[in-house]
Amino acid sequence: MTGTVETELSADARKAQEAELREVWRTPSGWCYWTSVNNTEIGLWYGAAAFIFMLFAGVLALLVRVQLAVPGNDFLSADMFNQAFTLHGTVMMFLFAVPIFEAVAIFLLPSMLGARELPFPRLSAFGFWSFALGGVFVCGSIFFGAAPNTGWFMYPPLATDKEYSGIGADIWLLGLSFIEVASIAAAVELIVGIMKCRAPGMRINMMPLFAWYLLIVAGMILFAFPPLIAGDILFEMERMFDWPFFDAARGGDPLLWQHLFWIFGHPEVYIIFLPAIALMAMIVPTFSQRPIVGYSWIVLAAVGTGFLSFGLWVHHMFTTGLPQISLAFFSAASEAVAIPTGVQIFVFIATMLAGRVIFSVPMLFGAGGLAIFIIGGLTGVMVALVPFDWQAHDTYFIVAHLHYVLIGGMLFPIVAGIYYYYPLLDARKLSDRLGKIAFWLMFVGFNVAFFPMHLAGLRGMPRRVFTYPADIGWDWFNLISTIGAFIFASGVALVVIDVLRPKHRQPKGEQNPWNSGTLEWISEPEEKWGVRSIPIIRSRYPIWDQRGLIEDIKAGRFYLPDAKDGARETLVTSVLDAEPIQCLRVGGTSLLTILAAFSLGGVFIALTFHWWITTIVCASATLAAIVAWLWTGTAVIPREEMRDVGLGKTLPLYTSGPGSVGWWAMFITMAGDGTAYASLMFGYFFYWTIHEDFTAGHAGPGVLWPFTAAGLFTLAWAAMLVAQWVNEADWRGLTRLALAVAVLLTLAACCAGLAGPYLTGMDPTVHVYPAIVWVVALWTVVHGGVGIIMQLYCLARNLAGRMSARHDMDLRNVVLYWHFLVITAITSFGVLGLFPGLR
Amino acid sequence: MRLIPKDVESLWTLFTAPTIWALHFLVCYVTAAVFCAKAGAPPFSFEAMRLALCAVTLVALSGIVLSAYLAWRQWGFGSGDPPHDEPTRKDRLLFQGFATLLLAGLSFVAVIFVAVPLAFIEACQP
Repeated sequence: MTGTVETELSADARKAQEAELREVWRTPSGWCYWTSVNNTEIGLWYGAAAFIFMLFAGVLALLVRVQLAVPGNDFLSADMFNQAFTLHGTVMMFLFAVPIFEAVAIFLLPSMLGARELPFPRLSAFGFWSFALGGVFVCGSIFFGAAPNTGWFMYPPLATDKEYSGIGADIWLLGLSFIEVASIAAAVELIVGIMKCRAPGMRINMMPLFAWYLLIVAGMILFAFPPLIAGDILFEMERMFDWPFFDAARGGDPLLWQHLFWIFGHPEVYIIFLPAIALMAMIVPTFSQRPIVGYSWIVLAAVGTGFLSFGLWVHHMFTTGLPQISLAFFSAASEAVAIPTGVQIFVFIATMLAGRVIFSVPMLFGAGGLAIFIIGGLTGVMVALVPFDWQAHDTYFIVAHLHYVLIGGMLFPIVAGIYYYYPLLDARKLSDRLGKIAFWLMFVGFNVAFFPMHLAGLRGMPRRVFTYPADIGWDWFNLISTIGAFIFASGVALVVIDVLRPKHRQPKGEQNPWNSGTLEWISEPEEKWGVRSIPIIRSRYPIWDQRGLIEDIKAGRFYLPDAKDGARETLVTSVLDAEPIQCLRVGGTSLLTILAAFSLGGVFIALTFHWWITTIVCASATLAAIVAWLWTGTAVIPREEMRDVGLGKTLPLYTSGPGSVGWWAMFITMAGDGTAYASLMFGYFFYWTIHEDFTAGHAGPGVLWPFTAAGLFTLAWAAMLVAQWVNEADWRGLTRLALAVAVLLTLAACCAGLAGPYLTGMDPTVHVYPAIVWVVALWTVVHGGVGIIMQLYCLARNLAGRMSARHDMDLRNVVLYWHFLVITAITSFGVLGLFPGLR
Repeated sequence: MRLIPKDVESLWTLFTAPTIWALHFLVCYVTAAVFCAKAGAPPFSFEAMRLALCAVTLVALSGIVLSAYLAWRQWGFGSGDPPHDEPTRKDRLLFQGFATLLLAGLSFVAVIFVAVPLAFIEACQP
């Protein structure tokens, strides 16, 4: 033991602590069960939902394979076939591959980091409900024949053609935008959780590799998803209001969509791959019974891949006629990314060579997956070469390549993870025998299904054809692929059976059946408190290296062994050295998160069908739910300032500014928001590059109004700084005055921002120039509107006595928002006002 | 004024070299894309653009070398071997230095990869 414990508690006192903790972390029963926000429930629901969506999309794939089994088949109509493959790709990417990692992370991270909870459990719950609702909406559309049918990347002009694509494209755009919100919420949660909520002593050189990977992936989400959100906005404006962003006849360009989609789409491949490989980085050391070889090299690989993956997007666009020098840059970066990817695979091989490998079911799935992934990686290096890609583009070679990458790099490791981590759910292992049979069915079935596609593709079979004539050399390949697909599916079915079969006759095993060394194995399936007491960590594999750790944790000999005040608490520690700095109270069970998610879902669904009044009602309900959630659950002023967390340490319960988790969450959210904004501005300049005169002779918003708007926004920002400053001096009345002035200035700034394009009569449906000006102005003004809501919220907090000089978290977070807003406003109105004259 | 910055204790230094790679990549891509889209309008030739981008590449590489030097210094000039897994501030610093150094190496290679087309491609659409 650590030697820092002075006294040993009596058994009764310990029991009393446990009862307290159990009561505080209790999951409600009956219908209220669904209002739980505990990471173990949310993670489980999230994972189960993602898995169900995966099975659904798998059935769609089988339908596609049946249709293609023989030439000239009429099992599916052409339109149904289009819907089936579009939904298959969409669901696999957006409803399975990304969410499953969020699920695993939410479930595992707290105990892996030695925390009770992630810092924003209600945000996780909100993310889950958004995801579940959006997913059901998108999947359900196929039962009404209304599913998206233009391929998972929705290329205009096909997807903007309302005659062809019907309502399906709207369902895709709005349903997925809603799910993207959930992903960004998860990213915020994970970054703050990993940086600030690690157990004391878990310095960054001690962090489990899973956490390193997840930190990088969450950062990637922040820069990858927002461009798609910006693209979705442009796309939906075109479909809903006929603003011609992608209509070449009115100055638009379909290529802009391809850029925005793939700036998201390529990093997404790595967003999917890295967490899966992160699972391998936990599994391989366990079954080699030694620490990972080359910890720092894995960090290199994760960070390197994270960065390089943003320089690859144009390799999806090699055949669009871009200048060859541009293609060459992307080709070079696509080759370079093979370096860090190779490093992580060699690290695993080295670890296995250095230890004694136990070939269990998780290792089987892991190793099999890596073998498949390497083949996919090699064909990836092939298609990264421009001349080869011109040949293989849009053929079944690509279909084979991407399935080798995704199924080998993601699905197999996920199944390995299910077999590995299942004991954390149920204290029992899954069946070794069924697992092995499932593995061989999946491994063989996969290769039988997908390997022939390389050959079919090289023989010229294009993607997305619903049938093909006989005797052009594709028949056998397709039949073999279909047979392989069913063998593969039977393996997946076996995994499902193994997970679902009743296991009550099987005895409950010990807590850590694989004898692994990382901290997540301290969690007890029956208890909801995460960890009994928050340990001090001194090793990368604490269970292996720290003698008596589990007993000491269970005996409550570390931090926060009790819940005296009846609140859910965890520790906040410093970023680099994980020194305890705050005792954080996190949100508990709540209906508000469900209300917020469902009403926001209502907004997106109503927009799909153009039900404007319902949209407004739902939007108001969302706002009300979110304000209620913030008002009752955040920045609560504690009764006492300090909390004795045990081991002779006393920590503050309330911090504000850069020390607080809320400030970080705002910063991270706004970084994502700023990326979406940058993507819109990219659109503005993109139109400038493709046209001789991008205004096409249309009047601009002038200089006067945009400059007035920028000036007023700057004044409003200055008023916010004054508000923060006088609040610090505890002049409550002056704070109110400054906030009120800021509200009025922002209101005036918003009006001035819209006055430019409005008064000069810019019609956004005529040409893309007025349309992009309107979008940039509206984006800024909407952010101004959100700024007003925040200012009024601070005013209300001040009036209600919930904000003071010492307790100013709300105001500081809002001022941080305003820093971002003022940069946005000056850039927007500066560019809109000056650029047409300058160019 | 000192030429070599002092030691900084921050997580962000880890990302210096990859960030330089990203900026270099963006400058190369955007410059070439705008040049080729506005063919005829820019008052300089493709050759001149290539030379300018080569200069940018040299600047980027020097930045990475500087970041590598700082990382090497943080790593104690290679005085200790990995894995750097002791629960001490010193080992944490050594780990940071080593990981940063590795990333500088990768970024250096990746910048050269991206610069290779500048050496071989002589026009927008050869």
